[in-house]
Amino acid sequence: MPGEASHLVAETAARIFADFADPQTVNRDADGSWKTRLWDALDAAGLPLAWVPETLGGSGASIAEGFAVLSAAGRCALAAPLAETLAAGWLLARGGIEAPATPMTVAPCRPRERIAIDQGRLNGRAGSVPFAREVEHIAALVQDGASAQIALVQSERCRVSESRNLAGDPLDTVLFERVKPLQIAPAPRGFTKDSLMLMGSAIRGVEIAGALETILALSVAYANERVAFERPIGKFQAVQQNLARLAGETAAAIAVAGSAADALAGADQFDDDVFLEVVSAKIRTAEAAAEGAAIAHQVFGAIGFTQEHVLHRFTLRVLAWRDDFGNESYWANELGKRAAQRGADEFWPWVASR
Amino acid sequence: MSTALRFDPIRLPPECAALREQVRAFLTEHIAAGTFDPHLGGHGDSYNRAFSKSVGAKGWIGMTWPKKYGGHERSQLERYVVTEEFRVANAPSHLHFVADRQSGPILLKYAPEHVKQDILPRICRGELCFAIGMSEPGSGSDLFAAKAKAAKVDGGWRVNGSKIWTTSAHVADYMLALFRTSPPTKENRRHGLTQFLVDMKTPDITVHPINQMTGLPGFNEVVFADAFIPDDHLLGEIDGAWKQATSELAYERSGPERFLDTFYIMLELIRAVGPEPDLRSAEGLGRLVAQLHTLRRMSVSVAGMLQAGKEPVVEGSIVKDLGTLWEQKLPARVRELAAFLDPEITNRAALDEQLAIATTIAPKLTIQGGTTEILRGIIARGLGLR
Repeated sequence: MPGEASHLVAETAARIFADFADPQTVNRDADGSWKTRLWDALDAAGLPLAWVPETLGGSGASIAEGFAVLSAAGRCALAAPLAETLAAGWLLARGGIEAPATPMTVAPCRPRERIAIDQGRLNGRAGSVPFAREVEHIAALVQDGASAQIALVQSERCRVSESRNLAGDPLDTVLFERVKPLQIAPAPRGFTKDSLMLMGSAIRGVEIAGALETILALSVAYANERVAFERPIGKFQAVQQNLARLAGETAAAIAVAGSAADALAGADQFDDDVFLEVVSAKIRTAEAAAEGAAIAHQVFGAIGFTQEHVLHRFTLRVLAWRDDFGNESYWANELGKRAAQRGADEFWPWVASR
Repeated sequence: MSTALRFDPIRLPPECAALREQVRAFLTEHIAAGTFDPHLGGHGDSYNRAFSKSVGAKGWIGMTWPKKYGGHERSQLERYVVTEEFRVANAPSHLHFVADRQSGPILLKYAPEHVKQDILPRICRGELCFAIGMSEPGSGSDLFAAKAKAAKVDGGWRVNGSKIWTTSAHVADYMLALFRTSPPTKENRRHGLTQFLVDMKTPDITVHPINQMTGLPGFNEVVFADAFIPDDHLLGEIDGAWKQATSELAYERSGPERFLDTFYIMLELIRAVGPEPDLRSAEGLGRLVAQLHTLRRMSVSVAGMLQAGKEPVVEGSIVKDLGTLWEQKLPARVRELAAFLDPEITNRAALDEQLAIATTIAPKLTIQGGTTEILRGIIARGLGLR
């Protein structure tokens, strides 16, 4: 992932994940107590509010550093609202709102949903909000006529109906019924709901790429260990071809998500170039997730299909993450429309400008 | 051996933007003058000596090579820009491209000084076409089964045998070829091959063109009947060419030519769907855009690693594997997406014509320069599986 500057923060994050969110340990954990210990350590290192400037109560890390943390989170298939808290802190900071030191999530998380405001009260329905039931605060993007506002809301003021994603992580519906926000501020000029969807998409892209890195490493290690027909299965060309394809999908995900993160790190607005980078990352990492998960399961056979094995923690999460902040079909339609609007003559210059 | 893959988000440096404008202006001029038709993907007059000389005059052949051999000491990333703009414009570059991409770098590394002084500047001027003599009737992907033999004689070598599927041999001035100088050993079946520079004007070399299934020439069989190659045309280590040949293939792997060979069909699709595409067209097009952008970012990243002096063998092979499969499937995908479009669309005839061309050339894309199967073997080796 991104350059040298982000190394230190990413190493800190990776160490905390290794100590407190090891996939094997988490997979065996019955009561979820690992989450509290993990959060305390993340909190002490200033990671949840990495994208919040120090003046607003955060640790003021760079965009690149934050993405490096999320890549590490993806590599251990983290099932805690770290990405969501980072995104919420980032969103609040766009409105100059101080971030509370609690786990948070963001809303809306689907491109076509909106939260409206009427006489200072929020109304609307946001589906598929990750971890809503577990967090104290929600950072919401609110549509006020043509302009957007950013609000900090206590989640206990909302009606939360519980559901889960493919991997069993909370994915809830949040009902805003005349909810009075703790704070509200106008979004910067040009900042729209699409901006939030793009940031969320880049986050999920980076997490998927990270998880695929581990899926590849686990699969190769298993193919070298597991003996069948008196040879490690990794010696069979058919298996080698599959693993080479998995490496290809992983490589594509790493490259396009890393490029999108880099584009966001260097951007001051969500223009057409950022759109191309981030939307491509969401589409291509989602495709890699589907291909990659299928290949990994094929390599592992029955053992990889058990509750006890950690593989599903990675494969089900990459599949689930495809759906957050607009799935690949939604974004492909948007990207195709934009390419068509540019027309054939302006298409290549757009691609080549990145 | 590791599963760690690296694709740093390399950005093209600012000097590339100015260069790109110069390249586009040059290509636009030649299109206006009728030198080539940008809409004729791969089927224009792809060998054009006059055009290659004008490219050389611009300084866009041998860009990264030392100035003392006629090169320009520019970066891999600048060369990348020239290559991709030429590809996208369907500019004829068959004459000089192989020399620029791989034969020149091999000569730079292994040829004697006076040979370098003689040949490299002529490549840079766009005067020389190179062919690659690797495959034989009994040896394709299995490079090390090559049998064409070079026997030591006074002052040089006598070559007997044949090479086949040799692109450009019918117009090439030189060939870089592998010949057997010793039998393979028990310990190393790759031992015993030596690389030579072959002047195609040498007597006792006969070229038989083999038409491709497109109906056009391209392949050749090259027969050596006691052909003489002087000592100073031996390249590198006797019997040790396997090291050289595999690094030569690495240059071939990850450039923009590995995913842009059917790109024209994507532009025709964009023309066909118009500015307000229906849902099916838009979603299909959007996925192709995302896949193309991903491949390009991967390919630029590998170019950046090459510039930094790294040897991204696995990453380069991955780019070629994904890239050639993508450009191969592109015509089929475009055909599906165009199926329900209004038959009266203005570019339907052009689209159908381009589709026919792209569909016909598609099978070769995953064969030339290392088949999909060979590439995946290399990737698997890099992962630590063999």
